[in-house]
Amino acid sequence: MAVPILKQSKYLIATIQSALSDTDLVLLRDALAEQVGKFRSRGVIIDVTALDVLDSFASRTLRDIAYVVGLRGAQMVIVGIQPEVAFAMVQLGITLNSVATALDLEEGLAYLDGRLRHAQRGA
Amino acid sequence: MPNAVPEETREACVSIESVNDIVAARRQGRILAERLGFSPSEATLVATAISELARNIVAYAQRGEVVIRATSQAGRHGVMIIARDQGPGISDVKLALQQGYSTSGGLGLGLPGVRRIMDVFMVDSGPDRGTSITATKWKI
Repeated sequence: MAVPILKQSKYLIATIQSALSDTDLVLLRDALAEQVGKFRSRGVIIDVTALDVLDSFASRTLRDIAYVVGLRGAQMVIVGIQPEVAFAMVQLGITLNSVATALDLEEGLAYLDGRLRHAQRGA
Repeated sequence: MPNAVPEETREACVSIESVNDIVAARRQGRILAERLGFSPSEATLVATAISELARNIVAYAQRGEVVIRATSQAGRHGVMIIARDQGPGISDVKLALQQGYSTSGGLGLGLPGVRRIMDVFMVDSGPDRGTSITATKWKI
């Protein structure tokens, strides 16, 4: 099941469905890398609210996506990690390293807006 | 109640042949854990452990199977996961259990993390007999 990517002004929002396979994740990575350029997006939000498991492969792929998106000049934030999923990640020692996270879509948008303002001020 | 779990739903065997089977395996694990009365957090731990073990099968042995079984011992109820394959085997189990989870440079098997979250964890592996990992999580 492909991950739908919604374009909202200068951001891309990818909403992950519950039964996300490895293949879907890799397709998402490639689609985001391409669409960031196509739409000249400044930020990407990956919403994992529906995801019931975030294992080491998924985390690694999300880290990769954040890196790819960053290299393409956009910011990325992961939103909606559920309490049980967060607990399991801590227990298993699964890390997202420096990937930004926010509580939900609203907070994720606020985060990207803040980063963008910051970048514009610095320019 | 654990006793309410019908006999026929106490075990599931999921054949693992591609990455897409991983989702099916962890779903079965979650279903069984929830039926046994595991909390959502504990059920997620079981599902994540299954995800890691099933992924190892795809990555290292191409195919195998994951058996998810309700088990009990001395009045405790738990979920037993058996992940087995006829792949090349783990040449150094001790090493795989030491370094798997580092974000870079480790073997990436995810085994140390799985061992940490499960109450019972056994690895039987060798070049001539593939790998069989048995892990049990008891309900708190």
